[in-house]
Amino acid sequence: MTLIQDIIANYNYWITIFLMVAGLYIVVAKSNMIKTLLGLAVFQTSVYLLYLSPGKILGGTPPILDPNFTVYSNPLPHVLILTAIVVGVATLALGLALVVRVHEAYGTIEEDEIMDVVDRDDHAG
Amino acid sequence: MELLINMVLLTLLAAITIGIIRVRNLFAVVVLAGAYSFLMASVMMVLDAVDVAMTEAAVGAGISTVLALGALHLTKTEEAAPRYSAILPLFVAVGTGAMLIYGTWGLPGFGLADTPMNTGVGLDYLNRNMAETGIPNVVTAVLASYRGFDTLGEVAVIFTAGIGVLLLLKRFQREG
Amino acid sequence: MRLDTILRVVSKLFIPFIFIFGLYVQLHGDFGPGGGFQAGVILAAGVILYAIIYGLNAAERAVPRALVEFLVPLGVLIFAGVGLWGIASGGNYLEYNKLIHGDAIHGQHWGVFLVEIGVLVTVASTMIAIFYAFAGRGRP
Repeated sequence: MTLIQDIIANYNYWITIFLMVAGLYIVVAKSNMIKTLLGLAVFQTSVYLLYLSPGKILGGTPPILDPNFTVYSNPLPHVLILTAIVVGVATLALGLALVVRVHEAYGTIEEDEIMDVVDRDDHAG
Repeated sequence: MELLINMVLLTLLAAITIGIIRVRNLFAVVVLAGAYSFLMASVMMVLDAVDVAMTEAAVGAGISTVLALGALHLTKTEEAAPRYSAILPLFVAVGTGAMLIYGTWGLPGFGLADTPMNTGVGLDYLNRNMAETGIPNVVTAVLASYRGFDTLGEVAVIFTAGIGVLLLLKRFQREG
Repeated sequence: MRLDTILRVVSKLFIPFIFIFGLYVQLHGDFGPGGGFQAGVILAAGVILYAIIYGLNAAERAVPRALVEFLVPLGVLIFAGVGLWGIASGGNYLEYNKLIHGDAIHGQHWGVFLVEIGVLVTVASTMIAIFYAFAGRGRP
């Protein structure tokens, strides 16, 4: 019984950590820049979960005040994450714009191939 | 029931993440990321974060998918085969994950009301909000009133990112 | 996608409702889930849908590029201007209590309303501007 309770108490954290580690793995292991940016997005959404999960109160309702309810989930993480999501998409767009410019300059979006081009130019010049 | 829905959705989220890691066609990855965002919005709904869920559904599944597809259209849609073995990154990732999971035993359980986080400033906002601002949606009140400076900073960041994208991608007319 | 009848008809039906829903989310944000960030991305998604279905040129006729780029800083200025109004009416920067002759609740409502308008303008126009930048880059 206590094992099941342990799993329930920590399941959100474990999935959060899994998503975070998956994002980290994509960023470290993949050399494709768009894939790396999507990995960063996964990393970022895991942080959303990390903030929102502890703010949930079982049996509570969303924090919109109403005389019929007394228990509300914590509103503060919602505020922080709400702004973080929109800022996240703006910075993702900035990253994608940089990738597009890199592709125009080097003809590839693989970091390894870009390094090849840079090395060749160094030797040539 | 709440707990069950929460756990099922989180498991699906983890499954989609494995797909995002393994699939090499970037078009498929972007579509998977859209599905990931909708699932994430559903999880946020279960976690009572309705404002956040609405934003994530519109932003994550709508706008960022469109932007990523636009970037794919301007670049290429197939990821190259990896050159190096994935052992070292996997080791780093698993090691980090193991340490973080060890840390979860010190955290309060899911859904409790008496944790330090839920008895602190969040509860304070809930109690004071109606008398001080008269706005029933506490998230809006905290966002625009209590933490107005914070939001001003975020809006400035969005503005800056937008200007950056325009500088990078807009075709300026050459004069003369 | 100019020739796909189903997409054209369905999106023509949907787009007005997307905009109405965006405005509802914005103006009802004090009482239900919603606010400037959500409404901004919903309105931007409506414009982006229009651009995807009917082409970039049609979208630029409906929502001109110059207007969008004018609105990007305007939202930040509205937000910052509300803060200055707070100083001018005798309070601190971004303090809404004294905006309307010392009526705190009334002042809070006005302050939050205007600040959310500023957020809406910047978020919606930035998202549309970013989309135009990506889409315009692919145009020969």
